[in-house]
Formats: sequence, C-alpha cells, structure tokens
Amino acid sequence: MSEKELGKKWDRCLADGAIKIGTGLGLGIVFSVLFFKRHTWPISLGSGAGLGMAYANCQNDLRSHYMLQRSEKVGLCKRTHNIKITEYFMVCISE
Amino acid sequence: MLRACLRGANATARTNFRRCRPNNLQQCRHYTAGEPSGGAAKVVAAGLVTVGGGVGGTILYAKWDHKFRATVEKNVPYSDQLLGLALGPPLQDVRSEKQVEVAQPPSMMDKKVKTSKSKSEKKVKEEAAETSPAAPVQSLEDTLFSDEASAEATHIISAMGDAPSVPAPCDTEAAAVKEECAECHHHDDSTVSAAVQPEATAAEAEPLRERPEEEVTARLALQDQQEQDVLAAVSVSLEDSLASSAKATLQAIGAQEAALQAVTRHTLRLKEAMEAEVPPQEKSAQWKDLEVSLADRNSAVDDATAALSKANEALDGLKSVIDESKGLKVSAVRPLVLAAEENLHNMVVDLDKAVTKKQTAESEAKIVSQYSELVNEAKLQFQKEVSSLTPEIQANWKSLTGKLSPDDLNALIAHAHRRIDQLNRELAEQRVREQIHIDSALEQQKLEDQRALEKAVSTSLQHVREEARLDQERKLSELREVMEAEMRTQLRRQAAAHTDHVQDVLKVQEAELKADAEQVLSSKMLEQETRFRQLSQEQLDNFTLDMNTAYARLKGMEEAIDSHVIAEEEARKAHQLWLSVEALSYSLKSADTDSPSMPLEGAAQAVKESCSDNDFALALSSAFPQESLQRGVYSEASLRARFNSLRSLARRVALIDESHNSLYQYFLSYLQAALLFEDKQAAPPTQLSGEDLDPFKLLSYASFCLEHGDLELAAKLVNQLRGEARRVVEDWLTEARLTLETRQVISLLSAYANAVGLGTTQAP
Repeated sequence: MSEKELGKKWDRCLADGAIKIGTGLGLGIVFSVLFFKRHTWPISLGSGAGLGMAYANCQNDLRSHYMLQRSEKVGLCKRTHNIKITEYFMVCISE
Repeated sequence: MLRACLRGANATARTNFRRCRPNNLQQCRHYTAGEPSGGAAKVVAAGLVTVGGGVGGTILYAKWDHKFRATVEKNVPYSDQLLGLALGPPLQDVRSEKQVEVAQPPSMMDKKVKTSKSKSEKKVKEEAAETSPAAPVQSLEDTLFSDEASAEATHIISAMGDAPSVPAPCDTEAAAVKEECAECHHHDDSTVSAAVQPEATAAEAEPLRERPEEEVTARLALQDQQEQDVLAAVSVSLEDSLASSAKATLQAIGAQEAALQAVTRHTLRLKEAMEAEVPPQEKSAQWKDLEVSLADRNSAVDDATAALSKANEALDGLKSVIDESKGLKVSAVRPLVLAAEENLHNMVVDLDKAVTKKQTAESEAKIVSQYSELVNEAKLQFQKEVSSLTPEIQANWKSLTGKLSPDDLNALIAHAHRRIDQLNRELAEQRVREQIHIDSALEQQKLEDQRALEKAVSTSLQHVREEARLDQERKLSELREVMEAEMRTQLRRQAAAHTDHVQDVLKVQEAELKADAEQVLSSKMLEQETRFRQLSQEQLDNFTLDMNTAYARLKGMEEAIDSHVIAEEEARKAHQLWLSVEALSYSLKSADTDSPSMPLEGAAQAVKESCSDNDFALALSSAFPQESLQRGVYSEASLRARFNSLRSLARRVALIDESHNSLYQYFLSYLQAALLFEDKQAAPPTQLSGEDLDPFKLLSYASFCLEHGDLELAAKLVNQLRGEARRVVEDWLTEARLTLETRQVISLLSAYANAVGLGTTQAP
C-alpha cells in the first residue's frame, strides 16, 4: 500500500536515527572518555553527527521517490518551478 | 360540579321516593283492606255465570237442532252422556223403536235398535223410516229377499233414480249384535220397500252420502264373512242340539219302550199270578217275580218319565235354537233350519207315539192291577170270613182237606152255602145294577174316550199342521231359488245387452279417436320433420363455421406458439445472461471490509458463455480489468474506510511534492495538518476552481462524496491531489479505479441483460 510507505519510511528513519544517534553518542562517549578526557564535546559531536546523519538519511529516504535514478533517463526538464539548487545538488551528490 | 348536581338529584329523588312509597303502600293497603275478596269473588262469579250460560245455551240449542247435537256429541267427548241426561236419547231411536214394535217378526231388531247409536245416516233412516210406514208386514218377505237381491235391487233403484240409494249397503243378515246391521236393516228395509213402493218414497231432498266403492266392497265382504260365521255357528249349534235332542229322544223312546215292555210283562205276570192255579211254592215264587216285575215296572216307568222329560227339554232347546236361527235371517241357514225342524217334528211324533203306547199299556196295567186288587181284596175278605169261622184253620186252606173235622167241614159247607147265597144275591143285585153301572161306565168311558180322542186329534192336528208348515217352507225355498235363478238370468241378459251396447259405443269412439289421433299425429310429425331438417341444417352450418374458426384459431395458435418458442428461447438466453450478470454482481458483494472480493474470473467466464452470440455483451465481458478477474475488487465500504485513514496521512504530507520534500518541509506539513481545520465533509461544487485544488478541500470533498456513496467523484477529486499526497493515495486510487471499472462493466452488462430480458417479455 502506498500509504504505508510513508509509515515505513518514518520507521526506518526513526530506527536509523536511533541507531545513529545512539552510536554517535556512544562513540562520542567512548571518544570523550577515551580520548578527550570526558569532555562533553565529543558526545555532543558524536550525537550531533549521528543526528545529522540520521536527518540526512531520513530526508533522502523521504525524497527518494522524487530523485531520478542514475539508470533513469529523463527528457528536458520541464519542471521549471520551485526547484531549489541546493536540493538539486544534494540529489546529485546522493547519486 | 356535574357530579355534585347528580348526587344532589339522586339524594332528592331517593328521599322523595322514600316519602312517596309508604303512601302508595298505605293507599293500596287501605284500598285492598276494605274489600279483600270482592274482586276475586266477582271474577269467580262472572266466570261461573259465563260457563253456565255457555253450557245451558249449548244444551238448549242441541235440543232444538239435532244436527248441532250430533256434531257436539261427535266432537266433544262425554257430551253425549250429558246431553242424554239433559234431553233424553237422541230422537231417531225412539221413532224407530215404535216402528219395530209395529213390525211383526220379534227378531233381534229390537235389541239392535235399542243399542244403536246415532250415526251420520241417522237422518236418512229417520226419513226413510217415516216414509215407509206400511213396510212392517213386508219386512219379513223383504228380509227373505234382501240378501243377494239387495245389491242388484239397489243398483236398479239407483238406475231408476227415484230413491236415495247407497250402492249395496250392508245386508240385513249381518251379525245380531253389530250396530251397522240396525241401520243397514233399516236402510235396506227402506230401499227394498222403496222398490216395492217406488212411488211412496218420493225423491227425498235429503242428500245421501254415497259410500265409496271400496267401503262398499269391504262391507259386503265383511257381511259375507259375518254370514259365513253365523252360518257356521248356527249349523254347529243346530247340529249339536239336533244330536243331543235326537239322542235324548231316542233314549226317551227306548225308555218308553222299555217301560212299555216292563208294564206289559208286569201285567201278564199279574194276570198269570191271579188266574193260574199253580202250586203254592211256585205261587210264592210267582208273587216274588211279580214284586220284582212291579219294581222293574216302577223303575222303568220312572226312567221313562225322566227320559221323556229330558227329551222334552232337549226338544224345547232344539226348538228354541231353531227359532233363534230362524230369527237370524241368514238365507243359507234356512235349509238347515228346515231339516232341523223336520227332524224335530219326527222326533216329537215318535216320542208321542211311544208315549201313547206306554199310556195305553199303563191303563191296561191299571185295569189289571185294579182287578188284581179286587181279587186280593175278595181273597182277603174270604180268608177273614173263613178265619172268623174256623179260627184254627190256617190261611192255606186249600191244602187241608185231610185235616178238617166234619163239623168244621159242615160249618165250612154251611158258610160256603151262605156265601153262595150271598153271592147269588149280590150277583142278582149286581145284574140289576149292571146296566146302571155299565151305562155310567160307558158314559165315563165315552168321556174318557172323548178326551183321549180330542187329545189325539189335537196332537195329530198339530203334527199335520207342522208337516204342512214344513212343506210350505220347503216349497217356499224351492220357489225362491227358482225366482232367484230366473232373476239372475234376467240380470245376466241385461248385463249382456249392456256390455254389447257398451262395446258398440266403444268401438265407434275408438274409431273416432283413432282418426283424430292419426290426424294430429301426422300434422305433428310433419311439423317435427320440418323442424328437424331446419335444425339439422342449422347445426351443420354452425358446425362448419365452428370448424373454420377453430382451424383459423389453430393456425394462429400454432404461429403464436412458434413465435413464442423463439421468444422464449430469447428470453431464456436473456434470463441466463441476466442470471450470470446477477451472479457477477453478487460476487462483487463478496468483498469483506478489508479483503477484496473473490476473483471475478469465473463469473465473467459464465457471462461470456451465456452471451456467446452477443458481441456487445462479449465485448463488455472481456472489458474487465485483469486485476479484478484475478484478484477481485474491494468494496466501496472498505475503500471508504481506507480513505478515512488515508485522509489524515494525506493531510500530513499536503505540503510535500517534488520540490518541497525536505524533512523541514515534512515538519511544516505536519504542523500545518495539526493546526489547519477544515470541514470533515464539504459538498463539492459542480465546477472546480483553482482554489478548490487545495488538498484539504479536496479531501473534504472526497470525504463527502464517499459518505454519499459517490466513489467516482471522490476518485476524481482525489485524482486532483499532487505531490506526496498523491503518491500516498495512489494505491487507493488504483483500487478505486478498479472497483469503478468493474462496477461500470457490470452495471452495463446488467442494464443490457435487463433490457434484453424486458425486450423478450414484450410482444414483438
């Protein structure tokens, strides 16, 4: 069902987010403990990195349908409205 | 208030009622106390007066009108007794009594009359009795004539039409105690006397009730029966009495003969005893015999007298029976009666003869006994004299010739001489007186002879008279038979003539009637024939017409049937199509809320089969989407439910599309969904404008449509969603599309099937 797709995506998002954040936190804690003398910045860095990665992944996942695949061939772009350049570049990157 | 008024009214009414009622009672009491029995007594008295008046009036009127009296006596039981008490017996009985007394034969008529009750023909009797006053003398002859002649006589009389007649009423010789006999006798009396004196019985205005024939024949039969019974009884009684009297007479005669014999024997013996000179021993024996014979004679005489009395009794009885049977007046009895009378006469004669013989013998015996007495007396006298003379001589003096002394002898001789002288003197005296005695004796004898002669003459006269009467009766019966035979022959001749005449008349009538009948018959036959021909022709025409019409109808029916067969075939096919389409639409309904319906492949196949010759239906049935065939379709309800859950999702991703699909946008979209409130359902406008393309509006329109069962419009509206919302509802939309498609095909098919079905049921 197409309506369940979104839900699934969010599940993935959350799961991924939890993992990344958790892992980042963990790594941060580890690094903070191990390498950085229990400063909080590695934790926050780690968790921040994790969060950012999760965010990016989620967004990508949610956008996946709209992004063209490498194999897909598309004609002249007719969609001239509301295209944000940053997003266009991000799409190119994620390919 | 109404209730209060009612209550008040009731109370007042009750008080008033209570007040009035005692007054009424008092009044009534006062009223009735004064005369408690007056009203009742008055009523009773009035009733009694009415009843008494009614009864008295009835009795007076009955006294005046005898018909009324008869009807009252007939209808009211016990009224006849009352009326008899009040008025005496009904009048016609008294009058007929008088007439009968005038009539000679002292028969049972008196009894009959006195015991008879008034009947309906009483009036007739009265009239008839009045008009035949001189009948009595003839009545005897009439009775002799009446029996068989009566029927014919009455017929003759009725034919003459002079007198009131009843065809063959009961004959006069009915049983004695039967009441009908009285009136019959009277009636017959009257009719026969009318026959003798037709002019005397002038036509009476009295209407006679003619008895019905069955009654007459019944009565005749009854009377015949009665006659037979009477005859039998009489003959039996006669025979009995004859037998008994014959026996008694014979006995008497025998007794008389025996007495005669005894008397003669006794007389002879006496004579012998007196005159014979026999030795003394035999004499005593003789005297003993004599005594015996005397005793015999006495007994015989007694027996004879007893037998004679018995015979006389029997003969009297016979005579009474004969008289009785004579009184019955049954004709068949007469010869018996005659014979009985003759027998009686003979017996009487014989008895008388025997009695006379016995009497003569008795008289002789008397003479002889007198003589013997005289002799005995003389002997005794002589013995007394002898004994007085010679006391020692014994009575048996004839045996003492050797014993007597000469003195005795001389005395005896002297006595004898003296006796002889005396006797001579007596003889001389006797001779002198002889003549006188003889004369007186002769006189006496003459007288006695006269008497005997008279007696003999009278008895013989009686006998002769009896014989003459019997002869007369015999001659009368013979004569009557002859006359009857002659009458019968005359009547037969008359009957023969009548039958001949009737035959002739009948022949003539027959001929006439035959001619008439034949004419009528021929005319009727002709008529019938013409009618028959007409009818048959009509029938034929009708038949031909009917046949033609029937044939035409048959032809029409055949055509109709053929066309019907075709139409039915079409109809059957259409029906089948319709059924398969129905099955298809039903299978559509098999969808549950969350699962699709069964695959429609089978049903579609069935539809295809049932419309194999119809391109349109074939095209339609092959237009099903593959998905619905394989998998089935969702029901509208499930789609609706799904949409409801979809709607919130679509709302949440309303801002997301190709260009806006970052997470931030997602957040914004979610925020918008949380903060924006729109109608749950809003009716979509007929034309969508640019602002209606807002997803929220669209969703509410679609909700509205779905709630109102318009899946198509909802799908159309949902189709207008763009972006992520569109992506989200894509599946739903395809499902909706599938369902719509399938439903469209099925509805088309069913419409087509209905149309085809409707079409086939109508007349082409």
